[in-house]
Amino acid sequence: MGTRDCKHICDESSPAIGEAGKTGEWRSLMPVINNSKCTPARQKKQACFICWMYCPDAVIQKTIPIKINMDYCKGCGICSQVCPVQAITMV
Amino acid sequence: MAKSINRTTARLLDGNQAAAEGARLSRVQVIAAYPITPQTPLTEELSEFVEGGELKAEYIAVESEHSAMTVCTSASLVGARTFTATSAHGLAYMHEMLHWAAGARLPVVLACVNRAIGAPWNILNDQQDSISQRDTGWIQIYARNNQEILDTLIQAYKIAETVYIPVMVCFDGYVLSHTEMPVEIPSQEQVDKFLPHYKPHTTLDPANPKNYNLVTLADPRVNADGVLCHGYMELRYLLQEALQNSEKTIMRVGADFGKSFGRDYGNVFWQDGVEDADIVIVAMGSLAMEATVAASMLREDGKKVGVLGLRVFRPFPKAAIARALEKAQVVAVFDKNISYGSEGATCSEIKAALYGSKTKAAIRNFIVGLGGRDVKARELADAVRNTLPAIESGSLNIENPEWICYI
Repeated sequence: MGTRDCKHICDESSPAIGEAGKTGEWRSLMPVINNSKCTPARQKKQACFICWMYCPDAVIQKTIPIKINMDYCKGCGICSQVCPVQAITMV
Repeated sequence: MAKSINRTTARLLDGNQAAAEGARLSRVQVIAAYPITPQTPLTEELSEFVEGGELKAEYIAVESEHSAMTVCTSASLVGARTFTATSAHGLAYMHEMLHWAAGARLPVVLACVNRAIGAPWNILNDQQDSISQRDTGWIQIYARNNQEILDTLIQAYKIAETVYIPVMVCFDGYVLSHTEMPVEIPSQEQVDKFLPHYKPHTTLDPANPKNYNLVTLADPRVNADGVLCHGYMELRYLLQEALQNSEKTIMRVGADFGKSFGRDYGNVFWQDGVEDADIVIVAMGSLAMEATVAASMLREDGKKVGVLGLRVFRPFPKAAIARALEKAQVVAVFDKNISYGSEGATCSEIKAALYGSKTKAAIRNFIVGLGGRDVKARELADAVRNTLPAIESGSLNIENPEWICYI
């Protein structure tokens, strides 16, 4: 089966989660959170979330504790760089 | 071509006016252009049409040709019939967006008023500008005279909107753009009957939003609906396939045009006395007209000379040309361009078309008319006479092109 069945003559897609595929497959390093250091997890308060704000792929959930969607996290490491308490390490 | 001109509908138009009339009659909806010699009067004419209410179109004044083509591709994507015109450095500046228009399969039509490219500065005619855009995926059609400019522009929209490939209508600067000739102007009703409304393959619908031409990587991918979609290479294949198949559409649209307007364009090149010719002159654009004068001079000397005037340069009609040149013993190709380090671009195409065919013609390439250097029919005839020893010597090919200049 070829790709003609999609019937597109130029690149075409609909805005949807996963439209560009599982971009998490591009990752070579993954972020690991130490919740004993992470400010919202430690204080159990809606606080900090700097990693959530900086994540260019919007894969960090603003929850307590925060969650990262590894299907789409490309492993850029920005979260680990901006974390003021060094709670995120790239492994 | 019509041999006689209808005096009631014909007007004296220069090439730029003929192109502007073609765009007006095609009811273009968005025009974005930046003035450059020798295209400037074309855009002035169109802006006058828009200002005077003769043409209901949005005329977008842009700061560069790159932006002009960007406006055209964007407007075309959301369903408008778009037009732009440029020359030389302007076309070079558009280069990136030319790829974009073809890659996105948008039926933009561009009039290229052929002009030489610097350095050094030169505003006069040759075909280096459009030839340099050969590999952008556009259809390229060259006009020999001002009637063909008008007629080809109308056909260009029908072709582009059928095969979803942008079309560049090329005509020689000054030789055509600033030279008046009688041109028959069809009525708006006739053109409306010939040219249907543009139906885009792309949609702008807030209820059903779409992404077009996002990052598309090497391999096909399954979209969110589970459908396997093209990778980059499949999309490139489809563009090539569409260009390969477009030759038939170009001929059909040209023949339909003939039925509607009495001027037949049902072939991808013009032939003048090729059928019985031993020697065939190949030239493109207005040079093909000059070549017919040279051929008549040589016929008077008793030599069987014909002219093959290239009309469609992309897609290059390889098989049809091989058939047309089957009986030729000598093919003299005149190019108003040079692919530096090789030869004239149309000569390379002719050679490639003849490889493996029955033709055993000697081929000679002449570079002429660069930067507006006048090309005289006498000089073309002399060059052809000089190719004749090739028949006797049996030398089919010489490595480098000959230049008709004073070095």
